Amino acid sequence: MTESILFEAIVFLAGAIICVSIAKKLGLSSVIGYLLAGVLIGPYVLGFIGTEGEDILHFAEFGVVVMLFLIGLEIEPKNFWNMRKAIVGMGGIQVGGTMILSYFLFTVLGFEWKVALVISMAVALSSTAIAMQTIKEKGLMDTTFGTSSFSILLFQDLVVIIMLGFIPLLANVDGNASAENTNDHTNLLDNLPVGFQTLAIILSVILIIVAGKYLIVPMLRKVAKTGVRELLIAAAFLIVFGISFVMEYVGLSPALGAFLGGVVLSNSEFKHELESTLEPFKNLLLGLFFMAVGASINFIVIANSPLTIGGILIAVIVLKAVVLYITGQVFGLKLDQKLLLTCSLAQIGEFAFVLLSFAFGLNILSQDQMDMMLVITALSMSLTPVIGIINERFILPKIGTKESVKRPMDHIAKSQKIILVGFGHFGSTIGRFLRSHGVEATILDHDSNRVDFLRKMGFEVYYGDATRLDLLESAGISEAKIIICATNKIGVSKAISKIVKENYPHVEMMIRTKNRYDAYELLNLGHENIYRESLETSLTLAKDVLSKMGFRKYTLNRQVQNFIKYDEDSLRRLASEPKREDDYIFKAKKELEQQEKFLNEDFKRGIVEYDNHWDSEHVRKALNNLKEE
Amino acid sequence: MKKILVLFSHPKFEKSRANAVLIDQIIDKEGVTLHDLYERYPDFNIDVNKEKELLDNHDVIIWHHPLYWYSCPPLMKQWIDMVLEFNWAYGPKGEALKGKTCLNVITTGGSREVYCSEGTNSFTITQFLRPFEQTANLCGMAYLPPFAVMGTHNLNDEQLTEHANQYSKLIDLLQQDFNLGNGNGCAFLNDIEQLKRS
Repeated sequence: MTESILFEAIVFLAGAIICVSIAKKLGLSSVIGYLLAGVLIGPYVLGFIGTEGEDILHFAEFGVVVMLFLIGLEIEPKNFWNMRKAIVGMGGIQVGGTMILSYFLFTVLGFEWKVALVISMAVALSSTAIAMQTIKEKGLMDTTFGTSSFSILLFQDLVVIIMLGFIPLLANVDGNASAENTNDHTNLLDNLPVGFQTLAIILSVILIIVAGKYLIVPMLRKVAKTGVRELLIAAAFLIVFGISFVMEYVGLSPALGAFLGGVVLSNSEFKHELESTLEPFKNLLLGLFFMAVGASINFIVIANSPLTIGGILIAVIVLKAVVLYITGQVFGLKLDQKLLLTCSLAQIGEFAFVLLSFAFGLNILSQDQMDMMLVITALSMSLTPVIGIINERFILPKIGTKESVKRPMDHIAKSQKIILVGFGHFGSTIGRFLRSHGVEATILDHDSNRVDFLRKMGFEVYYGDATRLDLLESAGISEAKIIICATNKIGVSKAISKIVKENYPHVEMMIRTKNRYDAYELLNLGHENIYRESLETSLTLAKDVLSKMGFRKYTLNRQVQNFIKYDEDSLRRLASEPKREDDYIFKAKKELEQQEKFLNEDFKRGIVEYDNHWDSEHVRKALNNLKEE
Repeated sequence: MKKILVLFSHPKFEKSRANAVLIDQIIDKEGVTLHDLYERYPDFNIDVNKEKELLDNHDVIIWHHPLYWYSCPPLMKQWIDMVLEFNWAYGPKGEALKGKTCLNVITTGGSREVYCSEGTNSFTITQFLRPFEQTANLCGMAYLPPFAVMGTHNLNDEQLTEHANQYSKLIDLLQQDFNLGNGNGCAFLNDIEQLKRS
């Protein structure tokens, strides 16, 4: 028993490593690699994995569950509301249009209406995994194409939930489906009339929402307080498994429950912690899922009717492409953006596997029909990169429409991400000012009490240690434009700056420092945007002192500006001077010397004298000199 | 080819439809430097040496701004006060700008009709721009009549684009050192023969 499990695990892992590496080398998405690996180890090629494909698939569906949980985490009710027009509009046209057309297609092909309906549902979905990965890899999240894709995919993710709830209603109601397809877990809803079923569904949804607020979040807070990292992983899985169990118990889709759980927790401070904890597991589980799919592709089906399969495959892709193109047209996308959208989402998505096997389990689809559609889905996914390459290399260059260059003042894009680390007095002022301009920074802070308090004040603050790469990643550092270090601990700032410089050199860093010496250190590490908290406030005070002594305010203002400019220059000059280590006396002495040097320089340079704009005396002098010459 | 420096000053550029269209049309032209003063000096603290360097490197200086209270926005005036220094731009030794060309490109809400002795504004644009004209004169620059986009409140997108294309064409003419004379008797460069032909 254990041997076989170990052996299977080895086969799966080795297959994944080999195939995904090859796929990545060829510039294909990892999904294709996993599918290929599945095909290779499956019964039709190498035959390592036999009929257990089904069980593995069942286990691997946890990948989908975790993915939906994470998608739920991504969807904050507020953002969702802001994007509602795009999501419902674009997504609605795409899903609706595709479903209607493919329903006709499959009815014409002679499928029973229920079957055609289920298949059209599956066909309407695109692959979030493939599309989002491609978009992020190419850095197109900011384009209209990126946001449109995101909207459509999000709508699909939501629609899946409705579909999963709807499909059982199609099941042949000839009592206890005794076919071998049914899952063998207890199902509370089987023996209830439809009205009670609906009620049970609503109740379980409410249960998840309430539990999320009053059970899960307090539990996570307790876990966070312990500071034991692996407990959080345990907690994350406990949440996912718990929700799945409840949902299965009442006979609903675990994926739906996980999604709901995600949405409930999307507003909690643990959002990013949960994301960074589950992300690697999600990818691996999804990989396993794709492999199981690959392993269960029935090549005998393809061999028996290659023409039918090929024909349907092409028909489906063309049909999806047409609907996507029209969707883009309706929403006024430029031609190049429309083509990108068309090519990126024309495949059938991974949820089709879930829907199809689910419908198969309910006896709606026959084994052959499911196999055929699974094959088509897998093939359409495999074709995505090919279509993308054709579009990029041959079609787009011919069109030559480019997104118009951003004017330097059009840059208030919502999609530009700002990460703010540290939310004490300094950071919170920054956060407030940004927010008053409609810029919501993603805030990271590691003081859970403060996080609690600020959340009560309506800020969006997350709990976590910002010097951990994975937390920064789940906070979205890869898409961030700027990261602000507002913490007063130079050590933390240095650690973050090192991580960001190494892994995400394109992200701009803006760093608060307490004094000159910290600023020197950061300058020597190659950072440009350093903000000394001791500079401007003290000058403001000094300015007010001089004003009380009778100096004119406007002149003082200009002198302060000059002083800052000059001080920044000298800071950069002195940063490169060698410094001895933490010898306190030496440092104090050095400090005095330096201050003295500054004072002398200021006086010699005479910033007051230097400024002779609006000063007619200087003109008179020059004219007098001329006369004397 | 003459090098063109567009000194653009607009305190609320993000809200200006007309200037957005005009700037869009010329921002990527070769040999044209767009210098967005309000973006560069939000604190009015002008780096005089940098500005002098820019002026040294260009042949044609365009003051591009909306007409506010019959004059330029405050930072534009600040620029004139700070940069055009005695004994550099004018005065006995001030020859840095000699022989360069200078003009105003302006946008106004009011239409051309209200800028005359009988109109609401009582004076012509030419009269309102006298201080700029004399500034250019004192610095030894050739001052051209203004290029003006007027009645912006009532222009539709198509008309705006038309103006922007004219602006772009005007810059081509300036680059080729085309002899615009002093506008060939036109009060506005918009009306010269070469820009009339589309």
